[in-house]
Amino acid sequence: MSGESNRLTDGGRIDRTRRLSFRFDNKTMYGYQGDTLASALLANGVRLVGRSFKYHRPRGLMAAGGEEPNGLVRLRQGGRAEPNVRATEIILYDGLVAESQNRWPSLEFDLGALNDRLSPLFPAGFYYKTFMWPASMWPRYEAVIRRMAGLGKAATSADPDRYEKQYAHCDVLVVGAGPSGLAAALAAKRTGARVILADEGAEFGGALLGNGQQIDGRPAIAWVAGIEAELAGAENVRLLPRTVVTGYYDHNALVMLERVADHLLQPGPGQPRQRLWQVRAKQVVLATGALERPLVLANNDRPGVMGAAAVQTYINRYGVRPGRRAVLFTNNDGAYPVALDLARAGVAVAAVVDVRARAPIGWRGDLDRLGIELMADRAVLGVVGRKAVTGVQIGKLNEAGNAVVPGLSRHIDCDLLCLSGGWSPTLHLLSQAGTSLQWDARQGCFLPGKARQAVRVVGAANADFRLQDCLNLGADAGNAAANDAGRRRRGRGPHKPLADVEPALTPPRPIWSIPGTGKGGGKAFVDFQSDVTADDLRLAAREGYRSIEHVKRYTTVGMGTDQGRTANINALGIVAEALDVTVPQVGHTTFRPPFSPVAFGALAGGQTGPLLDPVRRTPMHGWHQDHGAVFEPVGQWLRPYSYPKAGEAMAAAVDRETLAVRTSLGLMDASTLGKIDIRGPDAAEFLNRIYTNGWKGLAVGGCRYGLMLGEDGMIFDDGVTVRLGEDHFHMTTTTGNAAPVLDWLESWLQTEWPELSVYCTSCTEQWAVAALCGPNARRLLAELCPDWDLSAEAFPHMTWQTVAMGEVAAGLEARIFRIGFTGELSFEINVPAGHGPALWAALMAAGEKYAITPFGTEAMHVLRAEVGFIMVGQETDGTTTPDDLGLGRMVSRKKEFLGKRSLFRRDTMRQGRPQLVGLLTDDPGHRVPEGAQLIAGADPAPPQRGLGHVTSSYHSPNLGRTFALALLQGGRARQGETIHIAYDGRAVPATVTGPRFLDPGARAK
Amino acid sequence: MAKYSIFALGRNALQGHRHWPRVWRSPPPRPSYDAIIVGGGGHGLATAYYLAKQHGMDKVAVLEKGWIGGGNTGRNTTIVRSNYLNPESAAIYDHALTLWEGLSQELNFNVMFSPRGVINLAHDNHEARELHRRIYANQLAGVDAEWVTPVQLRELCPILNLDSNMRYPILGGTLQRRGGVARHDAVAWGYARAADRLGVDIIQNCQVTGFTIRQGRIEGAQTSQGDIMAPRIGVVAAGHSSVLAAMAGLRLPLASHPLQALVSEPVKPIMPTVVMSNKVHGYMSQSDKGELVIGAGIDGYNSYAQRGSLPVIEETIRAIVELFPITSRLKMMRQWAGIVDLCPDASPIISGTPVAGLYFNCGWGTGGFKATPGSGYLFAHTLAKGEAHPINAPFALERFYSGALVAEHGAAAVAH
Ligand SMILES: Cc1cc2nc3c(=O)[nH]c(=O)nc-3n(C[C@H](O)[C@H](O)[C@H](O)COP(=O)(O)OP(=O)(O)OC[C@H]3O[C@@H](n4cnc5c(N)ncnc54)[C@H](O)[C@@H]3O)c2cc1C
Repeated sequence: MSGESNRLTDGGRIDRTRRLSFRFDNKTMYGYQGDTLASALLANGVRLVGRSFKYHRPRGLMAAGGEEPNGLVRLRQGGRAEPNVRATEIILYDGLVAESQNRWPSLEFDLGALNDRLSPLFPAGFYYKTFMWPASMWPRYEAVIRRMAGLGKAATSADPDRYEKQYAHCDVLVVGAGPSGLAAALAAKRTGARVILADEGAEFGGALLGNGQQIDGRPAIAWVAGIEAELAGAENVRLLPRTVVTGYYDHNALVMLERVADHLLQPGPGQPRQRLWQVRAKQVVLATGALERPLVLANNDRPGVMGAAAVQTYINRYGVRPGRRAVLFTNNDGAYPVALDLARAGVAVAAVVDVRARAPIGWRGDLDRLGIELMADRAVLGVVGRKAVTGVQIGKLNEAGNAVVPGLSRHIDCDLLCLSGGWSPTLHLLSQAGTSLQWDARQGCFLPGKARQAVRVVGAANADFRLQDCLNLGADAGNAAANDAGRRRRGRGPHKPLADVEPALTPPRPIWSIPGTGKGGGKAFVDFQSDVTADDLRLAAREGYRSIEHVKRYTTVGMGTDQGRTANINALGIVAEALDVTVPQVGHTTFRPPFSPVAFGALAGGQTGPLLDPVRRTPMHGWHQDHGAVFEPVGQWLRPYSYPKAGEAMAAAVDRETLAVRTSLGLMDASTLGKIDIRGPDAAEFLNRIYTNGWKGLAVGGCRYGLMLGEDGMIFDDGVTVRLGEDHFHMTTTTGNAAPVLDWLESWLQTEWPELSVYCTSCTEQWAVAALCGPNARRLLAELCPDWDLSAEAFPHMTWQTVAMGEVAAGLEARIFRIGFTGELSFEINVPAGHGPALWAALMAAGEKYAITPFGTEAMHVLRAEVGFIMVGQETDGTTTPDDLGLGRMVSRKKEFLGKRSLFRRDTMRQGRPQLVGLLTDDPGHRVPEGAQLIAGADPAPPQRGLGHVTSSYHSPNLGRTFALALLQGGRARQGETIHIAYDGRAVPATVTGPRFLDPGARAK
Repeated sequence: MAKYSIFALGRNALQGHRHWPRVWRSPPPRPSYDAIIVGGGGHGLATAYYLAKQHGMDKVAVLEKGWIGGGNTGRNTTIVRSNYLNPESAAIYDHALTLWEGLSQELNFNVMFSPRGVINLAHDNHEARELHRRIYANQLAGVDAEWVTPVQLRELCPILNLDSNMRYPILGGTLQRRGGVARHDAVAWGYARAADRLGVDIIQNCQVTGFTIRQGRIEGAQTSQGDIMAPRIGVVAAGHSSVLAAMAGLRLPLASHPLQALVSEPVKPIMPTVVMSNKVHGYMSQSDKGELVIGAGIDGYNSYAQRGSLPVIEETIRAIVELFPITSRLKMMRQWAGIVDLCPDASPIISGTPVAGLYFNCGWGTGGFKATPGSGYLFAHTLAKGEAHPINAPFALERFYSGALVAEHGAAAVAH
């Protein structure tokens, strides 16, 4: 290859003043601004661009757009490396680096090509029939299969680029900026409607960019520029080039991917690589065009076999000549203008081969003038050449098109074969939107059925292939969509553009596969990317895979990264023939989002790392951090686990904190507990139905511990709720259940008990809570609240008061609950969140003389377990009733509450349910792991059924030994017995005790 | 019925693959059968196979409203494991796992069961505690289960993000080495072919629209291909089970939700094992073809429409990019949903009903693919004998009255 040997001397929409250098497989080449990687490669004479998925056959470019099945490359390097990118969609930039895929050691010489030689052994689904013997070998076979399969290689490090998401509403979303889309957008714009126009290409114009047509007597592209200018200047229009609409969901919700910086070496400062749009459109106009199908014939995958329309695009848009001597093979009129363009570009056109008995007369004159041979009623039977086309074999088919008439065969030398197998409207999005597609036998394609959402389809997507129709119907659709969105045109109508007169269209001859010469002529590919041949499809049908979904899954047709854009219709036709039914009887497979693959990064939209989930910190977080706290995630919160001092081991720190609370004074940040403000005349009645115990009798000023159950009678959450006023309660929940509890309350209020007048408001983050615990708690608090009587008589356990704190405590007004979770004398001091740090600092400063010790979640766990307090989610697991935990006294017999009925089911009332007990290992230093199983005997060998499990297990400095809580079958009756704790093949003996190990007695009063 | 093997492939290659026999016959339905299975998913087809194989029943039909395997069988992410918490569950899933281990040979159809290990991650102390509990329970039940540290995780899955600066750093996880993935379609086709060979009629495009019940006994089914009589009917219709139950005047404790999944474009192997994370909600494996297979969550609403909404996908992909940062530039190629039938205790129902002769096998929810062979085996036993096999006895409908639920929610996901 020497330079841009295939670049035409002029023409095309490339900027010849801006030369760009790029590397493909380590070879440096040049192209121009406006090129795609594909057009630049073709300009440089590169034909071989990849190896196929299964047989590793040499492959070249076939298309010029998103339907390209072969030209997949790995673009960029390192963390930016992206496999499986279609070269036709890569906009060339200076310094671009790409490499071919799925070949070893090189693209030219690929050992995998051996598969092609062995291919008779590898028909569709061969892997279901072998690799079964000996069974033990499968993992090894599989490893080889896995290495052979797969396409490109993933990046090797994290992606350095940024992604964004944007949400928008509009009156009319127009998808596709070809002639019909532009006409629709313009008409909608002129009504004043809010319009979004999106097109996957870098430039607007669609098919007009590639086919030298004229509008109003000028090149159509000038008309495009005029419309684009008018739209760009309008405030009610948003133009989105390089934006592919990938998904069409319910209620006209569409998803679009904008490639913001993919056409650059790397995103500019602050620029995202891609932006994912989610649009809610009142009306949608799909002007998504049509895709040209290849024809299925022997060796139709050789580099140099291309779509006719693609060839036209390369010539007209990129100034590239994809070959020197071309043969065109068609079943419709579309290939004729391509022949003329080829000839004008200086490519020798050896023949136009038309499989129809009669070629359209409208083009005859032009062909004759250019001296192009027209061969009607003939077919290209096969392609000659391996790494490039060197010629084609031509012959005549019988009337049915399923056999070759002998004796009329002829060889023509060429290096380019242009195929036009007819056009398939691009209806993927419409199908995603729930619209069924109708088969049109005359045109050999699917057409839109009755729309299920507010959507119109225009232009080639609706099989309107004439430019004038596209312009007229596009404008009508845009206008009607705007009207339906409530916008009416003001002023006079727009000028109606006039396209050049085109020869009348003659009907195509749908033909799904060209019969071979019969002498093992070569594989005829239907799905190039998945390496599926016509024979594979016939084999599937023969074997009884009759549903098209079975055929798809068995042969993998249509399952490649192009989702079979060029393959599906041919496949349907071939399967229908093989089964001897019509195409609609076969039906089509479901189109699933996305229309075009979307990077995970774009879907994640930067919401990873710290943005994956909100990090919640309490108002006192800064203090904890400054004082050496080690944090643990609890739900979304970060809570201090412990505050180890420099050089102090974690276990020692927890012991120190635990001891301090029992002997003097500790302080814990309890701000994370869920808090729900409950108000309304029926609030007490509501709580009565939610909790197992009674709430009507709770006096204002009182606190009460409550259990709530699911409908299955199992404990769901617990916590203390206080009565602030006659109609006003403050509920606390466990940290992790704050949201689920609120959901639970709301679902009952809104769906089952609408008659109750109650309002629930989350106020978790409105309050900072410091739990002051220990024998010196009252003494310290009294110093901070000199004017307040904190005695047990004036402020008894399970009550609350609003306390004006003194100057030492910054004059704060606090709601203090005389409740606690450690068994010690405790005050939970609530202040508005902003005052949390001041409160905390005041308590720490004043508490110094009592050696006040901040303690974390682990010390709190030990303390509560020592006194036998349960922890929801630890002593409960969704199968635990109040009685199982010895909390039967909290279950009211008198009233109804959620879950009550389930408590009277046979299994719930059964003797021998797992019950909460304490366990003391024979070895007081042995701390068994939580989750360890309980067994009766000393042999842990499987299989056997356990008797329960350890729910909590700690070392207690107060007890001077380890201890555990457990759920043990029939546990309450087993106190004093020895059982064994089984884990990791061990069985540790332990004595069953009650679940309370320590009683602070009077000092907690 | 030609046996599949490398030799058969070679022989047929010489004949241009022109003589492979049909995988199954697709006959028209007969007027009556000894037993009818409603639903041609993996579970239904396996049931028919074992009815014929284990219980010698040769007049059996599988009625499928669409194409076999087109329900959740052909839509699932194919994770197979048996490390469940409750002994009842461990027993039922481990029985299935044992059958998986010889399934390709049993069916003479390569179902590509690939025991490449299944890892469940722990991202906080609460999860770590729950996962340890499961390991110890599995050890006692004789199910392989082990704890793996972050250092071991780096070996087992090099692309996993073990950075301590992650939003929820990985503390470790459980590993079941016998777990893995399989090829879902092959399971449906393999069972269909093997059942067909034993005389089972597989009838597609045959929707059951009603049941004929007389004096509390089932007599047959009304279908889109006419009435078909049978004294025993087993319904295995996954997300549509409640619809079929209603036809017999029954209500099942099931909710039907769309569950979504997606695949990436195929890439060369990067993912040697299966990794699941509950906390950030995402799980991933890589198919033999090279696609990353990713499981998302259920949509928040009940539905029978087999498509989901985008937000669920966005949420899962965020988790995947967080867990596997090098996937950011890989692309989602296809997304879809299946309708899963969830029981309140997240365990299945294999049970008789108040209608004599009418049985249901459902409630497998988000995780029944792994049970396919075992479920079929046990349901066949239940149908043929008229009573449950000991392994599926705890999974009868009765439990919703007695309260003896088999809670498998992965324990209450509560944090403090
Ligand atoms: C996205 C997704 C991911 C999953 N991932 C996993 C996983 O990783 N591991 C795992 O173990 N499980 C997973 N599951 C669950 C698993 O797919 C199911 O539990 C299992 O496949 C159910 O099999 P089945 O044969 O019972 O149901 P299906 O395969 O759904 O079969 C039921 C059949 O009944 C037919 N039917 C319904 N109504 C009628 C009627 N009236 N007449 C006739 N036929 C009827 C349906 O058409 C369908 O073919 C997942 C599910 C989904 C949706």
